[in-house]
Order: sequence, then structure tokens, then C-alpha cells
Amino acid sequence: MNAEETSIITTGHHDADVAPELAGLDLPDKPDGPGAAMMISAGIGIFMLGFFTVLAEASTGAKEWLQKWEWGVGVGPLAGKTTVASLIYFLSLAVLWLLWRHKNVNLKTAFYVGLGLGILGALGTYPTIFQGFAP
Amino acid sequence: MELTRRETWAVIHGLVLGTLYLLAFGGALAGLWSLRPGLITTKGIKERMTRLYVGFGAMAVAAWLTCITGTWIVYPWYRAKLAGAEFEKCAGLELPSAVCSPRDFLLSNVSGETSEWHHWGMEWKEHVAWAAPMLATSAFLLVLYYGPRLISRRWLRTAVIVMLVGSFLAAVVAGALGAFINKVAPIS
Repeated sequence: MNAEETSIITTGHHDADVAPELAGLDLPDKPDGPGAAMMISAGIGIFMLGFFTVLAEASTGAKEWLQKWEWGVGVGPLAGKTTVASLIYFLSLAVLWLLWRHKNVNLKTAFYVGLGLGILGALGTYPTIFQGFAP
Repeated sequence: MELTRRETWAVIHGLVLGTLYLLAFGGALAGLWSLRPGLITTKGIKERMTRLYVGFGAMAVAAWLTCITGTWIVYPWYRAKLAGAEFEKCAGLELPSAVCSPRDFLLSNVSGETSEWHHWGMEWKEHVAWAAPMLATSAFLLVLYYGPRLISRRWLRTAVIVMLVGSFLAAVVAGALGAFINKVAPIS
């Protein structure tokens, strides 16, 4: 590993200084990019869940498209809302993890971005709110 | 003593997997809460982390399985439209039947003012439940990725706890509403 790569992945955490019991474990420092990916992707997944819930209520075309994901099982548009939101969650997790695997991303910013997206998504799943989008 | 196939799946969805999730949540929260500097020896950390990985992993798996069985196996039985446009086949019934699904039964109001259990209760439950596995999975991956480093990083540990509790709250809303709805209009 050259010096430039080292500077990218060194996070400057001093874990053993805060918790001396960690010194015996000889833990290598890790970049925070993957951690940020885990936080933001959860927010993205929940946001998409709320978004599709509202969209299915507001648009007949979207509702029909989401219903196609049920594969004849009888789940209705819930199949598409939950399957597509879950796929987007895993996809965003994989993409962000790959992009940030050697980088340091501010974890606090990532957490608050994820939290904001998650709250918006959760609001979108509340009946009084999404039913208000019905034509 | 017997359970029909549908009742068995309802039990697996809500009682077996749901209970496993709640148990794993309790263990995961307690384990993470006490993962603080000065409380555990170096040797104890290794033992504690193994339990945390297993607990968080079990919670994430249980959350996904609960949602998948609920949505893809139990929910189609709940929402089947059997009773006609005006729910005429539900007339006189005290419980859902082969010609009046639980959804039909609730919307028909033949057993009191029950339609809000569907419009508000089921509509909220079926959607918000899916936030639980996403949050549980990300929390699990954070614990797996950072491992013992969480001991020295208080802020990060708190962030994981927030995600864990968020997952739990989504599951509680879904679980509690599911229990109430199954009381009023059971799947059988």
C-alpha cells in the first residue's frame, strides 16, 4: 500500500486511548465510508417505502405497475411497494459501500441524512398522510 | 387441539418469528448498551462480540422473515375480495368465513364499527412493518463492521441504538395492530 492510499483509509481514531482494553485486540483502523453507507441506505430504503405508498395512492398507473410485482399471489400493490423499496435498499447499500469503501465520510452527517430520509418515509406510510394523496 | 394451515402460518408469522425478533432485540439492546469503556476485559470483549453478532444477525433475519411471511403468505388471505361489492356475504356473521375474508368482514361493519381497523390499522401496519428489517440489517452490519471499536465510540454506539430502537418501534406498531386485527377478524 502506498502513502496516498494509507492517508485515505487512516481515520485517526484512537480507540485504545479511550478504551485501553482494546489495545490487546490489536484492531486495525477502518474507514467510515462503509458505516455511512449502512446508515444512509436504511434511510433511502424507508424513504422509498413511503414514496411508493404515496405514489400508489396518487396514481392509478403506478398502482397497477406496483401490483405487477405480486406474481399472481394476491398481495396487490403492497408487493411492489415493499419489494422495490427493499431492492433499492440493498442496491444503495452495495453501491455506496463500493464507492466509499476506502473513504472517510462524516458519520454524523450520514446518520442525520439517513434519519431525515427515514422520518419522511415513515410519514409516507401513515394512512392519514398517504390517503390524503388519493385523487 | 388443532390449527388450520392458515392459522399455523399466522402463528409462525406473528408469534414464532415475532417473538424471536423481540427476544433478539432485548439481547441486542442490552449488549450494546453495556458495551462501554472499562466494563469488560479484553477476553470478555471477544465473548461479548460473538453474542452481539449472533443476536443482531438473528434479529435482522427474523425481521425479514416476519415481513416476508406476513406479506406473501398471510396477507393474501386477509385481503381476498370474496363477499361482493357491498359485502353482502358478510351479513349476519360474527367472524370472517370462507365467503367473507377478514378485510371484507372489517369493511362490512356487520360486527360493530370495524372498518377503521382496516383503513387505519391494517394500512399502517402492512407498510411501516418493512422499515424494521432495513433498520435491523443496517444496525447488524454496523455492529459487524465496527465490532469492538464501538466500545470507544460513544456517539456511534448511540446511533446504532437509535436505529435498533427505530426498528423495534416499527415492529411494535405492526405487531400490536396485527394482534388487535387478528382478534377482531381472525385468519382461519
